[in-house]
Amino acid sequence: MVQDGKLLEMYRQMLTIRFFEEKVFELYGQNLVPGTIHLYAGEEAVAVGVCANLRRDDYITSTHRGHGHCIAKGARLDKTMAEILGRRTGYCKGKGGSMHIADFSIGMLGATAVVGAGIPIATGAGLSIRLRGTDQVTACFFGDGASNQGTFHEGINLAAVWRLPVVFVCENNLYAMGTRQTRVMLIDNIADRAAGYGIPGIVVDGNDVLAVFEAARVAVERARRGEGPTLIECKTYRLKGHSRFDPATYRPKEEVDEWLKRDAIARFQAKLLDMGVLTEAEVQRTVQEAKNDVEKATKFALESSFPEPLEALDDVYASEESATQK
Amino acid sequence: MREVTIRDSLREALREEMQRDESVFLLGEDIGRFWGGAFGVTKGLAEEFGDERVRDTPISENAIIGVAVGSAITGMRPVAEIMFGDLTALAVDQICNQAAKIRYMFGGQVSVPCVIRTPFGAGVNIASHHSQSLEAWFMHTPGLHVAVPSTPHDAKGLLKKAIRGNNPVFFVEHKLLYPIKGMIPDKDYTVPFGVADVKREGKDVTIVATLYMVLKALAAAEQLSKEGISAEVLDPRTLVPLDKTAIVKSVKKTGRLVIVSEDCKTAGVSAEIAAVVAEEALDYLDAPIKRVAEPDTPIPFSPSMEQFVIPSEKSIVQAVRSVISRA
Repeated sequence: MVQDGKLLEMYRQMLTIRFFEEKVFELYGQNLVPGTIHLYAGEEAVAVGVCANLRRDDYITSTHRGHGHCIAKGARLDKTMAEILGRRTGYCKGKGGSMHIADFSIGMLGATAVVGAGIPIATGAGLSIRLRGTDQVTACFFGDGASNQGTFHEGINLAAVWRLPVVFVCENNLYAMGTRQTRVMLIDNIADRAAGYGIPGIVVDGNDVLAVFEAARVAVERARRGEGPTLIECKTYRLKGHSRFDPATYRPKEEVDEWLKRDAIARFQAKLLDMGVLTEAEVQRTVQEAKNDVEKATKFALESSFPEPLEALDDVYASEESATQK
Repeated sequence: MREVTIRDSLREALREEMQRDESVFLLGEDIGRFWGGAFGVTKGLAEEFGDERVRDTPISENAIIGVAVGSAITGMRPVAEIMFGDLTALAVDQICNQAAKIRYMFGGQVSVPCVIRTPFGAGVNIASHHSQSLEAWFMHTPGLHVAVPSTPHDAKGLLKKAIRGNNPVFFVEHKLLYPIKGMIPDKDYTVPFGVADVKREGKDVTIVATLYMVLKALAAAEQLSKEGISAEVLDPRTLVPLDKTAIVKSVKKTGRLVIVSEDCKTAGVSAEIAAVVAEEALDYLDAPIKRVAEPDTPIPFSPSMEQFVIPSEKSIVQAVRSVISRA
């Protein structure tokens, strides 16, 4: 049984991610976000349900739709928002932006915007754990689109055959940009592909944070015991389009309405109220606190300066004198 | 000092660095106890260090490099082998988008200390998918270092330096160089990146050459000396960083430049070196720069055609004569 405190923390994190993404969308509308954005709103249960099983020293890899992964792993909101706004106080000093946030101090190994590229990198982090002899675990987030990349096959097969401590988490939001899953694969469940690698493949309701938590708990424990990887497919849905200009007209209204009824936060909140873990007053307070946290982070980011142009020339190469990193 | 082949010198570098640092490990296709690598470089290392540190992989080039990257950013120092240089094309995303960019994209939070070893070069009749020289692709990718040794001494010293360094290194070997012998010190040593080496001193013309072309350039220089032409042969040893200072200095001394490189001519290694000299030492040139490189074709199979496309000692001699006659 998950402890009440942990449930409340998960609830607070899901709200924070939702409000954070709503704020990013709002700032985008005000022309304050350079480039593009891929919002995580709607998929909060996946990142939160998985990361609630991870320790600070465990690793995650992330994708172009990665803000939620960062927040769920414990990244600072202010440095995350500053990076998205291209400020020098951001996690990557403005060099990465929305699609490339990393925080190595919390095991967040970074978001790659090449679809599927994080999969073999996660396998490599798993191998590193094995070779260093620790009991860390790597969780690898990717989407349904990535499951059609060669890296999915190469990376998962290698993790399987070496029995590495990696949990592969497929966030299946049904659409790779505008291409519906049914148009690019003949199977309903991406998790079925796990059988091809000789590892467990689990399908869960990705809008049910407790279902995700439980599936991830089993997979993380299995990985920590040295029994190898698991592929978890989380069926979920994004609230917005793929990226900034996408009105997502390829999604039928009935489908969108149906998924909105399954909103992960509303469901979890109702459940917690029902369980008596949460009261209406606490809902109000938690919502307000999460909004305040996002506001503070936004203020920090907006008050931060942009990098000096010449900073573009820094960080291409590491100093050869620096010590071996751990 | 003692005499070893480049193959042996590379193996010594791997062995010594694995002994020195537990975080160093090897991965690649058939590098373990059954083959010891397609060219025998890792022979015996699995027996010595075990299968955990000398890992045979499936035929999954992109994952080999991805795994190297993932382990490098979490405390390890992987040395990945890609069996043939042409096959790096399968891993270009992990090499060029991930290994090369991770440090930069993430604002310098982490470095990617990994080495990617692979053999380039034609001349053994294995056709278009096993013979090409693609150094220029990787020179064109900021974030990577590119090493191109031509002697056992340089191969060992550069590989040790690469493994100890904190940047991803694309380490080029040449198939025909593996059995070539040379002297190396008995003591531990490294060769710095970005420092060219004068393989033969001369005063009439500078020949910049890399990898197997260094041997051909030296043979050409020997032949030219009999005609009274004194050729200086300069080996950059690393293309990134490139020792522009040494190249410019040599050109200022000789006033003539011939560049020999086994990649195809267009936008190749020789183009970059020619551009450096054109920008920084044009006024010192007594003749136009001459490039000896491969024509813009894939490498053909049949020996008669293959030998035609590879720069030859004769073509180097002719190129030198042509710049000398322009005095």
